[in-house]
Amino acid sequence: MNITDDTSAELALQRPSYLHDGYGWKSWLLTKDHKRIAILYLISITAFFALGGIFAMLIRLELLTPEGDLVQAATYNRLFTMHGVIMVFLFLVPSIPATLGNFLVPLMIGAKDLAFPRINLLSWYIYVLAGGFTLWALIHGGVDTGWTFYTPFSTHYSNGYVVSTALGVFIAGFSSILTGLNFVVTIHRMRAPGMTWFRLPLFIWSHYATSLIMILGTPVIAVTLMMVAVERTLNLGLFDPRLGGDPILFQHLFWFYSHPAVYIMVLPGMGVISELIAAFTRKRVFGYTVVAFSSIGIAVLGFLVWGHHLFVTGESVYAATVFSLLSMLVAVPSAIKVFNWTATLYEGSVSYDTPMLYALGFIGLFTIGGLTGVMIATLGIDLHLHDTYFIIAHFHYVMVGGTIMAYMGGLHYWWPKMTGKLYPVFASRLSALLIFVGFNLTFFPQFILGYLGMPRRYWEYPPEFQVWNVLSTAGASVLGVGYVLPLCYFLYSLFYGKQAGANPWGAKGLEWATTSPPPTYNFDYPVVVDEEAYEYAPDARAVARQEANIA
Amino acid sequence: MLSGSVSASADTGGHGHARLQHHFDDLDQQREASTFGMWVFLCTEILFFGGLFTTYVVYRQRFHGVFAQASRDLNVVWGGTNTAVLICSSLTMALAIWSAQINRRKLIVTFLLITMAFGLTFLGIKTIEYKEKFDHHLVPGPHFHYVCPPGEPCHPEQAEVFFSLYFAMTGLHALHMIVGVGLLSYLLFPSWQGRYTSDWHNPLECIGLYWHFVDIVWIFLFPLLYLIGAH
Amino acid sequence: MSSTMAEPASAPAHAAHTPSRKPYFLTCGFLLVMTLITYVVARFDLGPLNDIVALSIAVFKATAVVLFFMHVRHSSNLTKLTVVSGFLWLAFMIFITLSDYWTRGWLDTFASGR
Repeated sequence: MNITDDTSAELALQRPSYLHDGYGWKSWLLTKDHKRIAILYLISITAFFALGGIFAMLIRLELLTPEGDLVQAATYNRLFTMHGVIMVFLFLVPSIPATLGNFLVPLMIGAKDLAFPRINLLSWYIYVLAGGFTLWALIHGGVDTGWTFYTPFSTHYSNGYVVSTALGVFIAGFSSILTGLNFVVTIHRMRAPGMTWFRLPLFIWSHYATSLIMILGTPVIAVTLMMVAVERTLNLGLFDPRLGGDPILFQHLFWFYSHPAVYIMVLPGMGVISELIAAFTRKRVFGYTVVAFSSIGIAVLGFLVWGHHLFVTGESVYAATVFSLLSMLVAVPSAIKVFNWTATLYEGSVSYDTPMLYALGFIGLFTIGGLTGVMIATLGIDLHLHDTYFIIAHFHYVMVGGTIMAYMGGLHYWWPKMTGKLYPVFASRLSALLIFVGFNLTFFPQFILGYLGMPRRYWEYPPEFQVWNVLSTAGASVLGVGYVLPLCYFLYSLFYGKQAGANPWGAKGLEWATTSPPPTYNFDYPVVVDEEAYEYAPDARAVARQEANIA
Repeated sequence: MLSGSVSASADTGGHGHARLQHHFDDLDQQREASTFGMWVFLCTEILFFGGLFTTYVVYRQRFHGVFAQASRDLNVVWGGTNTAVLICSSLTMALAIWSAQINRRKLIVTFLLITMAFGLTFLGIKTIEYKEKFDHHLVPGPHFHYVCPPGEPCHPEQAEVFFSLYFAMTGLHALHMIVGVGLLSYLLFPSWQGRYTSDWHNPLECIGLYWHFVDIVWIFLFPLLYLIGAH
Repeated sequence: MSSTMAEPASAPAHAAHTPSRKPYFLTCGFLLVMTLITYVVARFDLGPLNDIVALSIAVFKATAVVLFFMHVRHSSNLTKLTVVSGFLWLAFMIFITLSDYWTRGWLDTFASGR
């Protein structure tokens, strides 16, 4: 890790960056470069985020008034289903791993690419195919089962395009599996000399843990949705009560994946936050080893708690009690991370650049989301709060207040590395503020709504709930603006942004030890690692000012 | 999972070995990564079949008697023969890799072809079995009609669950067999060309792992589906 | 654990002498014999033991395939850990799901006056 900016400028002249190494459709659509594949994912994931966001907007518009007056009830069912399916499977699950993970994993470990570059490209095509199936189903009217596809509604009574949507999700699952497989093999087998396990950035640890979940969990939802499709089309009745089948079995199989899936969604975000906290306090993350193991702990424990989604279904009370206990236990490693990030701030040299704003926002919002999770892990409380807006608020706090904030923070942090451009600072701070305010205004009222008893997935509600719904919709509008702004200034930066140097933040990490953007094979010199992770000098701030290339 | 060694174009890139891909440091690393990758993929397959096995276990303990009863409609001779066929095919697959280790390219092709023949035999027997089920109205759906054995408790709907599981599990397994035979055929031409030597035969090993895994699934399917009513 | 450190090769591919075929034939023989045994035992009514014996034999057979045909006997610890993890996760899924079904009836047993 001993490259200076002079060397990087020289090298920049010797070799083209990955963005300029070949032009034209074929060089992008047939690329094996993990960085280009990350950009392909970035574009397609953003498109699906926008689509899922449109559904969110329609939902919030309907909920402005107590009556169901914007859309019909059946349409509303399709709106929240498509919002959920697209946001969960086509946005959140791939978001950080497929964009930031794909881009950074080889860079951070000092490798030239992932272990299986063509499988990486294949995973993107599979993702696009999955998106295609989902869009096809959507255009033909969509699905109304909720993103959870509960039987027997999904297998027998729904009139929607269950099979094609299930197929879309099934296919998206394979994209996820291939990404996870690639990461696990790469991290095990392609670390540079000297890059021992405990010198790895925490981003890598969290992506490793995420990949374990992708590998062990995703196949189960794949086969389960296949069973739903087969039951629906071929009458192979496995969940059908008329045949003695058990619809709760579907829920067991579905949530065996879908609970760990939420850790697929949040763990990469936690990895990003570790990187941001380290970089913007110019300090090694407090308790590095514990934080690293907590990622593995979350991955393992996360597989043992799925029954908390079945508390009110008729699941055994005894099994439910154990699931409740385990669910509280899984909060522990997450809490450890929050404590350690906070401890890192103490006596750190803190700067409040935009990525750090997102990181700090994450810590607060994820804590709220996580604590409310412990609340609903309590059997007695969940009896009242299950299927209310409290649950919706809880998971949006961790998914949006958590994962999406981390994703935005990561994009803002690594954008100069990925594109070689700097974005306008004021606009980025403005959108961070809008996102934070908009988010809380959207979802905090939903905790209150849920507690007051408003059920989820309802298209009309009693008039006394209206004030909270109006606040929520207002917040959603602000949040929407907050998300559109980065699209604008990031695109702007591509054409008019200032050139970024190799290390504009003065951060530690192998990805900063090469040019911005990096050359195709990442490093133009043999990488040998001889220092620990986050080895910032004590008087880092002064050094940082010298290293930074921002004018 | 298949490292570039089966591609038609030789890739030297100045690394000195035709099979070495650019992003790997050396052939050892490439081999280890490939093999590990295949094992990770097989883990996903364990969980994939696992969903069906879980379903089977839940319904088996619920409908214990009817499952045993319905199982007697399966032909143990065909099932047992198929088990033996797959076991032998695993042997010939291992011998194909052994042939590469001793640099006998024609022997590799011979063993691959025998393995494929065993695989096709398996699929042929499966087809016969499925046709029998179809003829006896044991395929779940609108034409399902289970004739209860006289003198025993009669729950045709529970029998239908058994047969749903039978078709789902053996069907998914057969699909994997078809893919396996396809993968083996993909290896034939490079084997004939002598691309797999004692130095490098990783694609054979990786596809061998897949083949053995499909055998393992059947090793569990056979007793669970065919033998529960045998007494 | 550097990426260039060579771990034991996953197959005895670099043996100077001809590698032996014996393990493969022995394993094949073992598997065929166990298949026969499984069939014969199934013909007798041993009550709950039938399931246990059948599954145990299947596990032995699978272990033989994994160790000998799939060369895990000579593989790295990482490979062994990977194999174990896959089956362990399957066990989690099956047994924890079963724990729901097995204990659903308990509430009726323990609750009074129902």
